[in-house]
Amino acid sequence: MIRVQEEDFDVGKELADLRAGNTAIGGIALFVGTVRGEGGEATIGAMTLEHYPAMTERELERIEAEANERWPLEASLVIHRIGRLEPGAQIVLVITASAHRQAAFEACEFLMDWLKTKAPFWKREETPDGERWVEARASDDEAAARWSQED
Amino acid sequence: MRILYLASLRTKAGTASEEVNPPPGIDTVGALIDWLRTQGPGHAAALADLAVVRVAVNQDYAKPDATVCAGDEIAFFPPVTGGAR
Repeated sequence: MIRVQEEDFDVGKELADLRAGNTAIGGIALFVGTVRGEGGEATIGAMTLEHYPAMTERELERIEAEANERWPLEASLVIHRIGRLEPGAQIVLVITASAHRQAAFEACEFLMDWLKTKAPFWKREETPDGERWVEARASDDEAAARWSQED
Repeated sequence: MRILYLASLRTKAGTASEEVNPPPGIDTVGALIDWLRTQGPGHAAALADLAVVRVAVNQDYAKPDATVCAGDEIAFFPPVTGGAR
């Protein structure tokens, strides 16, 4: 399941909901991304996450479907927040559940790598010098490309 | 067709969206970009460096040879920066 929302999420509740009643699950991997208060040499006050609403959910669904094709997942969840977020705030949650840990670990990392390079979200940081758009990093593309090379 | 400029490209273009009617023959993403660049300094700036421009036609990623036609929604945006860093 995927969700894009302004409000915060409760990791414990999401985890409980995901595994409720499913005793085929033997391993769960969970990733939470948070807002850092430092970026290079600048101190960041907060950031605003924008997205392309018509495209975001479609891309996230595609990425999640791809993970489910590659690994035998019992359940998966991606939540991505939008709007203004203060340092320390949760931005993104990915949970993957499978019979065994390896599929859960790999699918969780795959989902994060791909959503960082495919899902149309952009960050604008507030710094003492004003607002600035965060630029994509080549290392993100490289992280995502790992999964293509393995085909 | 409807053109969207998102995130930093909106800042560069000076507009978030516009309706355009390109002349006949402008039927691919690449041709549309070439034509849009002639439509004003903001457009030229936003589309100057295609290494940092991504394109979606009707909400799907598209390459320069993808076809475009009247009624399409074409979005230009920089490489995405979601998730955690």
